[in-house]
Amino acid sequence: MSMAAEERSARAPWALTAPALMLFVGVLLIPLAMTVMLSFHDWGQYKGIEPVFILKNWHEIATDPYYAEMFWRTFRIAILTTLLTALLGAPEAYILNRMDGRWKSFFLLVILGPLLISVVARTLGWALLFGGNNGLVNKLLMSAGVIRSPIPFMFTETGMVVALAHVMMPFMVLSVWAALQRLDPQIENAAMSLGAGPVTIIRRIIMPQIMPGVLSGAIIVFSLSASAFATPAIIGGRRLKVAATLAYDEFLNTLNWPLGAAVATLLLVALVLIVVGSNALIERRYAEVFR
Amino acid sequence: MAYLELDRVAKQFGAQTVVDDFSLSVGKGEFISFLGPSGCGKTTTLQMIAGFLDPSGGAIRLEGKDLTAIHPAKRGLGIVFQSYALFPHMTAAENVAFGLEMRNVPRNERAERVRAALAMVGLAGFEDRHPRRMSGGQQQRVALARALVIKPSVLLLDEPLSNLDAKLREEMQIELRQIQRTIGTTTILVTHDQNEAMSLSDRIVVMSQGKIEQIGTPQETYERPASAFVSQFLGKTNDFAGTIDRTATPAQLVAGSWSAPAPAGLSGPVTVSIRPERIGFGDAGLHAKIVTRIFQGNHWLFQCDSECGPAIVIRQNDGTAQPAEGESVRLTWHPQDMSMRARAGA
Repeated sequence: MSMAAEERSARAPWALTAPALMLFVGVLLIPLAMTVMLSFHDWGQYKGIEPVFILKNWHEIATDPYYAEMFWRTFRIAILTTLLTALLGAPEAYILNRMDGRWKSFFLLVILGPLLISVVARTLGWALLFGGNNGLVNKLLMSAGVIRSPIPFMFTETGMVVALAHVMMPFMVLSVWAALQRLDPQIENAAMSLGAGPVTIIRRIIMPQIMPGVLSGAIIVFSLSASAFATPAIIGGRRLKVAATLAYDEFLNTLNWPLGAAVATLLLVALVLIVVGSNALIERRYAEVFR
Repeated sequence: MAYLELDRVAKQFGAQTVVDDFSLSVGKGEFISFLGPSGCGKTTTLQMIAGFLDPSGGAIRLEGKDLTAIHPAKRGLGIVFQSYALFPHMTAAENVAFGLEMRNVPRNERAERVRAALAMVGLAGFEDRHPRRMSGGQQQRVALARALVIKPSVLLLDEPLSNLDAKLREEMQIELRQIQRTIGTTTILVTHDQNEAMSLSDRIVVMSQGKIEQIGTPQETYERPASAFVSQFLGKTNDFAGTIDRTATPAQLVAGSWSAPAPAGLSGPVTVSIRPERIGFGDAGLHAKIVTRIFQGNHWLFQCDSECGPAIVIRQNDGTAQPAEGESVRLTWHPQDMSMRARAGA
């Protein structure tokens, strides 16, 4: 091969990926870097943003318990949502996988259905059902005399977890389903022939093999829930803020961009650490199943 | 006395009959093969014995007791699956120990039996390996150990060797036969490989389209095929159209220029089946021309064009000169080497 050709083939991968790379750098890396830089800038009610390097915002987040409470709530909601989707989604995927062909594709569509509808519409649906005295379910239950006062749903963490779990369920189901697809179709028969009952088969044979699927689903659900904006904004509003809505308010209401940038950066860093860390743990723990 | 008995077992899926009128008695310690092409119902029959499918009709009895009334988990059968179906999250030893755990075998005895089972299949020292780190042959052995360690009343093998390469398959066949002989477990093997069925079994059940074509020892099914299907499926065979002429004295069986005194029984048009290795070249007999001659080491394979259609002849490479391609020959055989059945039509 001539020198020129060698040079050309060495440059080809760069040339071919350049458009995508430029887009990636332009719309993700640069804004991200600017956000991080912004979090070190100063801000005042009357002077606006001052491009200096100070730790004021970070110091405020670290010392004011308001922010600790906010982040703790964010992760508590994300963890509870993850648990709820895992507890409901894993059995759902298992049942789905055992269905006959036609029913299987029908129910798969039902499960994926929520993804086709806007998050805002879905969350407003929950608000219509449970929102205060006028919520449909609350009205029905109260007129039937089952409950005396409306079930608290709006502006509660419970409401937020339920609505988020509904939104996130398809990710968990699909992730577990993918793991179930890799199961040997005869594996349950094999366990049964060795004398295992249905509960033992699920606990000792199926569960350990789909655990990686549950956990990778959990990572997706957790990171999406912790950074979710629309659902917490509608259910929680101003009364029950999470990290994402807090950052939004700092940017658009208080106009304290640097503080908002610091909150957003902290959320991003915390999520990346949690996701990368748990992924490494899972891969080590389940090395034999992943191979 | 029958140990395992299948009595007129049938299976229908909707309107489709997959297994029909399947009756077989298996003696204790016997090695039986269900042999047939894919879709012949052999695996379905095995799954009915295992309990993964319920028969639509008939009865399956083990030592006189109705097996279909017992839950598959309580039948105590050992099964080796085509895909092995090992538990990938468990080590080889844990896989083998699983059945013993389900039977509440005490820990010490369990460890001892697992060790012995793995040693028996030649996997001593592989206790802590996970299945995905083992070769196909090793996984196969783990599956066999897992099925045998529970001391099953019957061992069911569902095409266990079909995923192995030819050389390994041959080794495993010999090993499987030795292990089965040593421990004397009644075994049923499902296979589509006639060589496997012949080299392993005491008796072969040849199946086609849900029906039993023939039950017999490997020699019987090979030498005396009960139907055209059996003779075609078990090894190569030559079918010649012949006629029995009972007007001549003595009665004559004629196929082209080959003739012999007719045996008692059939009359009129018949099909004569003769194995390629039983045909010789002689001075009298069927006129034929050698089309191709293939040397295969220990034998020669001739494809001939005979007056009764194409014919295959196999001759041992015993050092004698063999006819060349294009040469005209006469094909001849001993009447006792052929099988005969009535020919429809004609």
